[in-house]
Amino acid sequence: MAIEKKAVPMREQPASERIGNFNEVPLGYDEAEAIHEARRCLQCRKKPCVDGCPVRIEIPAFIKALREGDFRKALEILHDTNSLPAVTGRVCPQEDQCQLKCVLGRNGEPISIGRLERFLADWEYRQRGEPKAEPPRLSGARVAIIGSGPAGLTCAAELAKTGYQVTVFEGFHQLGGVLVYGIPEFRLPKDIVAAEIEYLKGLGVHFATDVLIGRALTIQDLFHDGFQAIFLGTGAGLPVFMHIPGENLPGVYSANEFLTRVNLMKAYRFPEFDTPIKKGRRVAVIGGGNVAMDAARTALRLGAEKVFLIYRRSEPEMPARREEVIRAREEGIEFLLLAAPVRYWPDQNGFVHEAECIRMTLGEPDASGRRRPVPMEGSNFRLQVDEVIVAVGTTPNPIIARTTPGLKTQRRGEIEADESGRTSLPGVFAGGDAVTGAATVITAMGAGRQAARAIDEYLRGRTAESKS
Amino acid sequence: MFEILEKYYLGPKIQYALVKAPLIARKAEAGQFVILRVNEKGKRFPLTIADFDRDGGTITLVFQEMGKSTHLLGQLSAGDHIMNVLGPQGNPTEVEKFGRVVVVGGGIGVAPVFPLARKLKEHGNEVTAIIGFRSKEHVFWEERMRSAADRLLIATNDGSYGEKGFVTEVLARRLESGPADRIFAIGPAVMMKAVADLTRPLGIKTIVSLNSMMVCGMGMCGACRATVDGKTRFTCLDGPDFDGHQVDFDELISRLGTYREEENVSFERWRKEAKHGN
Repeated sequence: MAIEKKAVPMREQPASERIGNFNEVPLGYDEAEAIHEARRCLQCRKKPCVDGCPVRIEIPAFIKALREGDFRKALEILHDTNSLPAVTGRVCPQEDQCQLKCVLGRNGEPISIGRLERFLADWEYRQRGEPKAEPPRLSGARVAIIGSGPAGLTCAAELAKTGYQVTVFEGFHQLGGVLVYGIPEFRLPKDIVAAEIEYLKGLGVHFATDVLIGRALTIQDLFHDGFQAIFLGTGAGLPVFMHIPGENLPGVYSANEFLTRVNLMKAYRFPEFDTPIKKGRRVAVIGGGNVAMDAARTALRLGAEKVFLIYRRSEPEMPARREEVIRAREEGIEFLLLAAPVRYWPDQNGFVHEAECIRMTLGEPDASGRRRPVPMEGSNFRLQVDEVIVAVGTTPNPIIARTTPGLKTQRRGEIEADESGRTSLPGVFAGGDAVTGAATVITAMGAGRQAARAIDEYLRGRTAESKS
Repeated sequence: MFEILEKYYLGPKIQYALVKAPLIARKAEAGQFVILRVNEKGKRFPLTIADFDRDGGTITLVFQEMGKSTHLLGQLSAGDHIMNVLGPQGNPTEVEKFGRVVVVGGGIGVAPVFPLARKLKEHGNEVTAIIGFRSKEHVFWEERMRSAADRLLIATNDGSYGEKGFVTEVLARRLESGPADRIFAIGPAVMMKAVADLTRPLGIKTIVSLNSMMVCGMGMCGACRATVDGKTRFTCLDGPDFDGHQVDFDELISRLGTYREEENVSFERWRKEAKHGN
């Protein structure tokens, strides 16, 4: 039988409909579609897809179980290495990772690994009622995980499975980190995140919200309180501003503030929820990454008539996922490429009213390998806007570094850690965006998993020492 | 969940709440604040810590009922719980032996001035406290302040108690009669601005505690950003204390008004619902 070259398409909400709601855009496979797609897998012996996965999911094995209809087994294989399949199935850039390596991709479309992963996780979610995670006997040392984002959750799950007593500390009132404050509902429904966290609770992981480590408790306090190892999964939460005139005018937001108000605080349901948000009519989003796409598409759903995405390079250099760029365009976001704001002007009430921008050309490649944008003198133009969202990046939050003597950081506040997550302090490990600067959910998960192994090794070493 | 142990009115719309929060009380210092969320649909908002008891595991909050969130908080009674309290946030006020210090508090800003005055005194400073209120019925914590400061001056806008006028007028007279080595001001943005304007030409270092709007309170959103010495700083991360002579108060005041319209909508809607007993 010839292999089908095309992947089974996934149904999604049409653009005209979805810009009026916050519901998820791609609708997922049903059973027949998933099995049909899974049958395309060649079950390569070399498994190049696994090499493309930061957490090394046994991809051919789970696809085999899936197409044989044994969804339970397929899920177990996923959960072996990935504690958040419903999340990664949705937000991983599979096209640059596992699917990039798929042999089918050489002469057709690669197998839709992300969609199959999502199908299984959602299937399990629909089966709810039976506890899935076998609570392991927790007898090991106590480990504190700082931050409940993808790195922290993964590290917590891995350690709990190994038998450690794990407590996750979260500063916000809700668990999930960037998964709940950053990524919008239409890309990652929040009840999916909640369900993944329930799975971790089933593993025996403890959670403490409203506790900001570095303020209420320091790293030293945690050791003093009996934790024997600490993992810092504090992410890259500090928004970067451009420091141009007018950037602090009312109506100018960091993407983090804008998205936190909408996603975490449910400002899109104001006044039923108390947190307000300005509903801009003409909105400018600055940046070309996934966060910029999320902010632009969110502004549109809040009722904006026009959303401009202003990016200083051209479309091929955009760091956002291709899929998200396409969806943003479909929804009517207008891309203003090769342009950057230089100043914001207020109206008579002091609110942002105009974005003054300058045109760019591309010069020589810079350190990132992308061509450097160069401003064109005298090309300034003004764009009338009543809301601006700055999405030009984030750096790690400095609170823990400032309050932990001896913890080494790099230039932009990234915590220094080796490949397995060891920091400059014994017993303190770190991984994810806190170490690398802003990256993806799955690389953070990979780092969390790696650090869990290093923590296990470290704690075993200590036990052996104390016995000898 | 954080239990309210005591709660009562200190004056019209001004309430005192003693909240059980052992972890926060353990670390709290003068100058720090908490972020509260009263219920599931509530917004996050900051309140400065007015006092703390490390042994008793409690913190004291003083707040004025203004919008929906502070009214919701105001409706809770002893025994009720606040859903979320995060803290202590922000940096403690830097206190050392400065010499002659004047602390200025206006309205509910008087509450956080109390632990500051006490700490200043502990460090061997000679502390003059100037506290201002709208009128006599709004005056609170007079005795507490008297115990924490060497000298207490009270002003009311209408002259119904203490000296008539604004705290700045009392401060001006105090500075005419003798020098000061350091000034602290906590209160409404316009008051802190007026104090800074008064002390700038005199060259007396003046520390203010910014009351910026906040969402996260831990440095991830930037809602609380303010321009200080020409640079953008986050009140929650780098403050809340800044050199008053370097703060762009007009920007602060403008940003504080960002959601005035929405806050009215929210409050009116709530008031109507409350009236109908929903």
